Amino acid sequence: MDRRNFLKSLAIASAAFTLKMKGGMDVFAQTTPNAQTEGAIDLVAVMGGEPDAMFKKAIDEMGGIGRFVKKGQKVVVKPNIGWDKTPELAANTNPLLVKEIVRQCIAAGAKEVAVFDNTCDEWKKCYASSGIEAAAKSAGAKVLPADDKSYYSDVLLPQGKKLKNMKVHKAILDCDVWINVPILKQHGGANMSISMKNLMGIIWDRRIFHVSNLQQCIADVCTLDKKPILNVVDAYRVLKVNGPRGRSIEDAVISKALFISQDMVAVDTAAVKFFNQIREMSLDDVKYLSHGQELKIGTMDIDKLNVKRIKM
Amino acid sequence: MLKKLRIAVSVPVFGLLTFNFLDFAGILPAEIHVLGHIQFIPAWLSQSIAVMTGLVVCTLLFGRVYCSFICPMGIFQDIINRCFKGRKFIYRKNNPILRWSIVAISLILFNFGFAVIMGILDPYSAYGRIAVHVFKPVYMFMNNILASVFNHFGNYTFYQTEIAVLSIFSLSVALLTFVIIGVLAWAKGRLYCNTICPVGTVLGYMNKFSLFKIRIDHAKCTSCGICAKKCKASCIDARARTVDYSRCVNCFNCVNSCGKKGISFAMGKKIPEKPSVDKSKRRFLLVGLTTAVAAPAVWAQTKTDVISPPGAVSTERLLKHCTSCHLCISKCPSKVLKPAFTEYGISGMMMPIMYFEKGFCNYDCTLCTDVCPNNALTSLTVEQKHRLQVGRVVFKPELCIVHTEGTNCGACSEHCPTQAVKMIPYKNSLTIPFIDADICVGCGGCEFICPVRPNRAIYVEGNRVHQEAKAFDVEKKDEKEITDFGF
Repeated sequence: MDRRNFLKSLAIASAAFTLKMKGGMDVFAQTTPNAQTEGAIDLVAVMGGEPDAMFKKAIDEMGGIGRFVKKGQKVVVKPNIGWDKTPELAANTNPLLVKEIVRQCIAAGAKEVAVFDNTCDEWKKCYASSGIEAAAKSAGAKVLPADDKSYYSDVLLPQGKKLKNMKVHKAILDCDVWINVPILKQHGGANMSISMKNLMGIIWDRRIFHVSNLQQCIADVCTLDKKPILNVVDAYRVLKVNGPRGRSIEDAVISKALFISQDMVAVDTAAVKFFNQIREMSLDDVKYLSHGQELKIGTMDIDKLNVKRIKM
Repeated sequence: MLKKLRIAVSVPVFGLLTFNFLDFAGILPAEIHVLGHIQFIPAWLSQSIAVMTGLVVCTLLFGRVYCSFICPMGIFQDIINRCFKGRKFIYRKNNPILRWSIVAISLILFNFGFAVIMGILDPYSAYGRIAVHVFKPVYMFMNNILASVFNHFGNYTFYQTEIAVLSIFSLSVALLTFVIIGVLAWAKGRLYCNTICPVGTVLGYMNKFSLFKIRIDHAKCTSCGICAKKCKASCIDARARTVDYSRCVNCFNCVNSCGKKGISFAMGKKIPEKPSVDKSKRRFLLVGLTTAVAAPAVWAQTKTDVISPPGAVSTERLLKHCTSCHLCISKCPSKVLKPAFTEYGISGMMMPIMYFEKGFCNYDCTLCTDVCPNNALTSLTVEQKHRLQVGRVVFKPELCIVHTEGTNCGACSEHCPTQAVKMIPYKNSLTIPFIDADICVGCGGCEFICPVRPNRAIYVEGNRVHQEAKAFDVEKKDEKEITDFGF
């Protein structure tokens, strides 16, 4: 161990002691895996398998779940459960994928895994119809309510351009790490709903987003200190049109893909390019990507990243 | 024995019925709402022949058991009495003129579209409002205390729920009903049932002809008056050794009280009783009739943009069937229904109205139409609901964020289940809502989520008579197989 590394660890350890229970510690917790794994794979794209099998493949390529979830940690898995719709309609994250992620977190020694979303339709109907409540519980997760203001706390966004503060679900603020599990959908307002857009589900009042430049607000939310440790994009079924809720089964395309990365901007860029094959969608239409890049949340230049592509 | 039977039936009926009104978490099975369907006025208004026949036959056989076994307001009063056990009642004279006048007035007004009086007096509906507006907030408050304790320890069996006053007017009516009937029950037993309640009056009349009834054995009776003191209907005249059957609610408290076994529930010889119809009663009927006819038509007039709930068919039909028990309002998972103030006119006060302040009507939900005991909201299948247009979307482009701010929004389209609100290209890669009101179902998703204030850029205008929405065109699925990553 050289001096630099020693000092680094010392700084982290002392911060851990002084900040212990507070939010500060979480910042370190979220960023350490990145620092440790220089030269590792930045993004994994898998095609052609079932949702859970694709995740297994992808996470193994990323170095296993143990790289991200440590023993004794409190983990949140945040799928998109926005609508009172069944899985075939592709409005919510695939329950099998959620189940597999929860299972792996617990196998990795997580003390607790919580699942929630601030839904659009009535939350209990969404949790039930999506199959996510049952799937997550069967794998040992706690399913939390998120439909009352009292579950949220104020958080400042010093880097936000339009949004300077917001109310974030306490489960996110109190956990050690959280995993973002969106579904890839066409979206009437934002054009695409993927990882960055999925953060609207950890926020209480979202109307403000729509009044003050939706695309910028989506990027602003992602400046939250406590970023997801992993983004797993479910593209097993993709909502091609009429998103984000869809109106019939005709709107859903079975595309059997999954993308995983720690970089929200990168994984969303990859997902948009994938979606572009199903229906035309340019990166310029999804403005929050470039806004996110400006705010240094991540990069759109995925060609420069170490991307692993796997066909099953 | 009979009293025990009454308690064994009435306590579960009352408990389940009440809890069904409070049960925001959906603990009870959906079938419990049949307890509403067997109530007298709901059965009459929903023209449920089977239930009405059952209730009439039951009354003709066993008397006014409805009032002691099934009616939640009756049982509620009995419970209050039970809390002040040992109260002594004294015989009171009957007041048939007042009783029949109330029946006549409420009936006539109801037939002329002024349903609010019937709604206020119907014991089931009045009790429903007490449960929804008085008991439910207390229940929710206790739940929230439990939730905050449990949630603190990481247990989410209970969850926080928002307690809101749905309507000041309905809350006031419910509170007043609660206090008045509560105090009357405490001081005078079943005075409400035997003076004001129209169901009590009608069933009381039938009670006179019932096969089984409370009978005093003149051979055994010593006119001691113990039974009369126990009679919460104050209908036993111990001195004359008679029971006023128009007021007896068949609670059977008297049967147990008599040491001489001089009072029993039995068949007996029919005592022909001269019905006490008199001129003054007819005069009252006439007065009521005139009032109803003269009542200004504005009473029944509604604003054009009012949205009546799914299954109402039309505002007019709702006004003729609803007695405002507020079960639909309490059950609506999306918090879309609230009691009307004067939106339907004075005659439709307290009836359920759709508003999109707290939520929007779930496309796949038919719960309100399933639970309505009056059939004021006719039962709908999910498929029927998908094509039911309760109102039509209206878009004001000049107010829309996309136009005024030049930024993306599309929240309305996001929430639209049929894409009656669709985003189409606008300036600089922006998209703006485009409306196809023919396929709109009027769910209010767009109005609920529209961020523009004070006036929204998009809202639903109610259909006075509900319409059928056109089916939306389904895009053909192209099974183009995706074989590459695209990057």
